[in-house]
Amino acid sequence: MEFIFALTIGLFLGGSAGYLGTLMLSQRMALVAGPLGHLTLPGIALALIFNFDVSLGAFPFVILGIFFIWLFEMNTKLPMEALTAIVFATGVAITFLFLPEEKTVPALIGDISQIGFAATLLSVLLSLLVFFVIRRIYASMILAGISEDLAESRRINLKRYHFFYLLCIALIVALGVRIVGGLMTAALVAIPACAARNVSGNLVQYSYGGILFGSLSCLLGMVVFRFTGLPIGPLIVIASTFLFLVTVFFRK
Amino acid sequence: MSGKILQVKNLRVVLDQEEIIKDLTFEVEERETLIILGPNGAGKTTLLRTLMGLHRYSGKITWHTKSISYLPPQEQFQRKGLPPLSMEEFFKFKKVSAEEIMNIISAVGLDTSLLKKRFGAVSTGQFQRMLIAWALVDKPRVLLFDEPASGIDIGGQETIYSLLHRFWQEWNLTILLVTHDLNIVWEHATNVLCLNRKNLCYGHPREVITPQTLEEIYGTGIKFYEHRHK
Repeated sequence: MEFIFALTIGLFLGGSAGYLGTLMLSQRMALVAGPLGHLTLPGIALALIFNFDVSLGAFPFVILGIFFIWLFEMNTKLPMEALTAIVFATGVAITFLFLPEEKTVPALIGDISQIGFAATLLSVLLSLLVFFVIRRIYASMILAGISEDLAESRRINLKRYHFFYLLCIALIVALGVRIVGGLMTAALVAIPACAARNVSGNLVQYSYGGILFGSLSCLLGMVVFRFTGLPIGPLIVIASTFLFLVTVFFRK
Repeated sequence: MSGKILQVKNLRVVLDQEEIIKDLTFEVEERETLIILGPNGAGKTTLLRTLMGLHRYSGKITWHTKSISYLPPQEQFQRKGLPPLSMEEFFKFKKVSAEEIMNIISAVGLDTSLLKKRFGAVSTGQFQRMLIAWALVDKPRVLLFDEPASGIDIGGQETIYSLLHRFWQEWNLTILLVTHDLNIVWEHATNVLCLNRKNLCYGHPREVITPQTLEEIYGTGIKFYEHRHK
């Protein structure tokens, strides 16, 4: 039953993450999910030690991380990637101060052994929420990527849209750590988006291609997990990379 | 002329503690072409952006219409490293019908097959005409255009201005246009606003553009050749 729950989460979360990833790739932010994933490690550690849901532990830490990056950016004018590095390195350092050794691997590469109905339902609903929010802001964010002035002159409130966008990233990272761990969340958003970009000729194919490759990666990874028992997180990432490599041969 | 479409009174814009526009007052009538003239750093782009509500300001800006389209300078458009966006999808951001898109593309003299091309894959001249089409596709009453011919060769510039002039005549447009080019002022302006942080001249070009005003706007060394149609 746990496998069915995990598969359901994988299909919905993978699709939403891939869709979000196509937007992140167009904003040159695909790698941000990596450091944000590392930031969740203290939360995952707390969840594993005190035995509560890892996504619940991860979410406040991603939000806290985003807040600190934003705060430092406002006050130092240093580039975002440098500040992200500072914040995520601190997150990792704090984690390894108190995370017991036997809990390290599940925190880093994911674990689906404890998934129940409530967690599955919540993950599916939040994945759908992310999908609908991103669909609502997608065109405006792409337009802003072409020209912020053009977008703002059309009365698009970019600050508000950016806030929702960051919130969606935080949600996907917090949900993603459950299946791929804190170490590999960037793969959930970046690789399906890159694969979609390889084979798409327009924006519709690109954005929906992200959903397809995201869901398919999780499905393939989980099927291999079912037959081999190897760690699920790395399998999903490798499945994703496999699909990316296939798309390289069909590049448009 | 059939009434005012924009009134600006005592406009002041401060950016990063620097006063960019100082005590600026002017009005624009419907169907007018107002050309905003001035050297680099005079506040021309800031003025257009402020009129579109993109900067904080003190003073008063009153638009008598909401149907306004704004095009920033072409250099501000990101055309590389974008997702695979087709020109047609770019137009659909405006939620207009396929028929409206086809009509405006033909009206700016482009082949509709260009709509299938990627956003970054058309030439600079074609891209600028696409932008004019994009600005006009939802039929605005006012067009704000910042340096419409920058980065385009002389032949292409002539085409862009002729195109704008044709739309101005046929669509009863009101146009606010930023340029460095005095020839455009002589050929197309109903009124000119000479700006160098403050209002240096405002009115009909033949009445307000003089060697003295040009010297005041640009400093010394500006040659003055008045353009006259026979």
